[in-house]
Amino acid sequence: MTAQAAAASHPAHARGPFLERNFKYVIVAPAIFVLLLVGLFPLIYSLIVSFQGLGMIEQDTSFQGLLNYKTLFHDARLWESIGHTLIFTAVALPIELALGLLLAHLFLEKMPGRAIFIALLTLPTMISPIVSGATWRLLFDHHFGPINQIIAWFAGHQVPIIWIINPTTVYPAILICEIWQWTPFMFLILLAALSNVDKSLLEAAELDGAPYLTVFRRIVLPAIWPVMSVALLIRGLDLMRLFDIVWALTRGGPGTMTETVSVYTYLEGFEQFEVSYTAAIAFLVIFLLTVAVMWLLKRMEIAR
Amino acid sequence: MMRRRAATRLGLRYLTAGAVTIVFLFPIYWLFIISFKTPDEIFAFPPVWWPANIQFANYAVLFKDGDVVVVWNSLVIAGTSTVLAMFFGTICAYSLVRFRTGGDDLAIWIISQRMMPPIVIVFPIFLLYVWLGGVDTYWGLVLLYTAFNLPYVIWMMRGYIADIPIELEESALVDGCSRWQVLMGVVFPMARAGLFATAVFTFVFAWNDFIFALVLTRTEVVTYPVQVTHYFGGQSNFWAKIAAMSVLGTVPVFIAVATLQRYLVRGISMGAVKG
Repeated sequence: MTAQAAAASHPAHARGPFLERNFKYVIVAPAIFVLLLVGLFPLIYSLIVSFQGLGMIEQDTSFQGLLNYKTLFHDARLWESIGHTLIFTAVALPIELALGLLLAHLFLEKMPGRAIFIALLTLPTMISPIVSGATWRLLFDHHFGPINQIIAWFAGHQVPIIWIINPTTVYPAILICEIWQWTPFMFLILLAALSNVDKSLLEAAELDGAPYLTVFRRIVLPAIWPVMSVALLIRGLDLMRLFDIVWALTRGGPGTMTETVSVYTYLEGFEQFEVSYTAAIAFLVIFLLTVAVMWLLKRMEIAR
Repeated sequence: MMRRRAATRLGLRYLTAGAVTIVFLFPIYWLFIISFKTPDEIFAFPPVWWPANIQFANYAVLFKDGDVVVVWNSLVIAGTSTVLAMFFGTICAYSLVRFRTGGDDLAIWIISQRMMPPIVIVFPIFLLYVWLGGVDTYWGLVLLYTAFNLPYVIWMMRGYIADIPIELEESALVDGCSRWQVLMGVVFPMARAGLFATAVFTFVFAWNDFIFALVLTRTEVVTYPVQVTHYFGGQSNFWAKIAAMSVLGTVPVFIAVATLQRYLVRGISMGAVKG
């Protein structure tokens, strides 16, 4: 039976044999088209523009070679912003992991009301990061906020900590907000991973009298590693693009002290309107992230 | 003896769990309570931990000034992009699973699209939109959120579709259904639970996003997170408005989470854990 005959014998085939024959490509096409438009186009466009001299005033579309890229290397503010981003990542990620693991252990065994606790602890992760930034700005207010008041109870006298302006407290402030919002994410994933660990292995080890830390290193960690590494990768990539919380709390201030790569790129692109230079930064970021992710993926596979 | 030790242990666990929950929920409590306070109570020293009476004047102001339209904008944009991403993402995922279209390479390319920092994507998109007239329009943001969510939808739906027994589709084909009819009539209904769970996360991503909306909106289609930042001033911050608008934007998400409790883990971890 030819395709036409099949279509004729079934009126339902009104969409025609073309769709039927190329079905698997037809249904992939719209998604791929949108991804290419919004994913690949920016990449190519940035690459071209990054070799030009477009800025707020100059509309110079002639090619400048590697001029913008050379400037990148002397841009102290850019490298500082990369440094800030790495600091945020290096501090927040291990703390979120450790707290997430502790919480997951706390709720691992069944207890009445467990589901309610877990549901409530999930809420911070669901809030818009800009809202959690705003919330913590209200909490950290040096005069009307409750944080200084709570510290005052313990200290026995009023404490005038100006959290988001004082250079020594601004990092802790942002990190507290970040860790508050995303520890529940780690907790949820690790709880699910821990629940899937083979109980009989744990019981056998317990009977042998092995201390829990040893059991954790030898049995639990290898079992949860595949899931844990995905969670770390997702959170790590999120932290590398940290923007919302910093924007709501400090806008990169005081001065440029808490500027992350995303904040700096935003300011260069949308307040200075250095088009070509921003494109070059974007390309550098894509390059560095791609290298980092490739390296990490390789490392994790070996570790597995 | 053993039983008493077990009871003490359980008591300690409840104590710790209660303390942890209070610490994690306090900021949310504070946000909500500020939205119900009078200006005098907001700017009181020491802070008022529980307002004398709950009042809704802060919300009334948002409705009277028309600011609340931003919640509608968020709803339209996040809702439309969710429907589009779910539909196109699911049919794409179906092809990847059943026909292995493009093999692993295509699947990995798709997920890699999700790893790009938004700021890197949004800058050239902004320039493209200036040219196409997409800045400050519904379709501009809808297109961007659809694209940004597609990798997530495809990745998640691949897992759910793979769980559908292939025999059902085969028997529908034998009955004379076209491929398209099988997809619409068998696959979509069978993947209902997965569709539902994935859609909620897709919606929340678009609903909560700030950076795309910050760059691509001006006055017409401002979404609620952008509006919240408008209330931060150089000298005075409109605390009451910040809190009330934040609550308006947060409550829908909490409701969604409450109804979808059991799908949460798999959705949040991109399918790494079968929850």
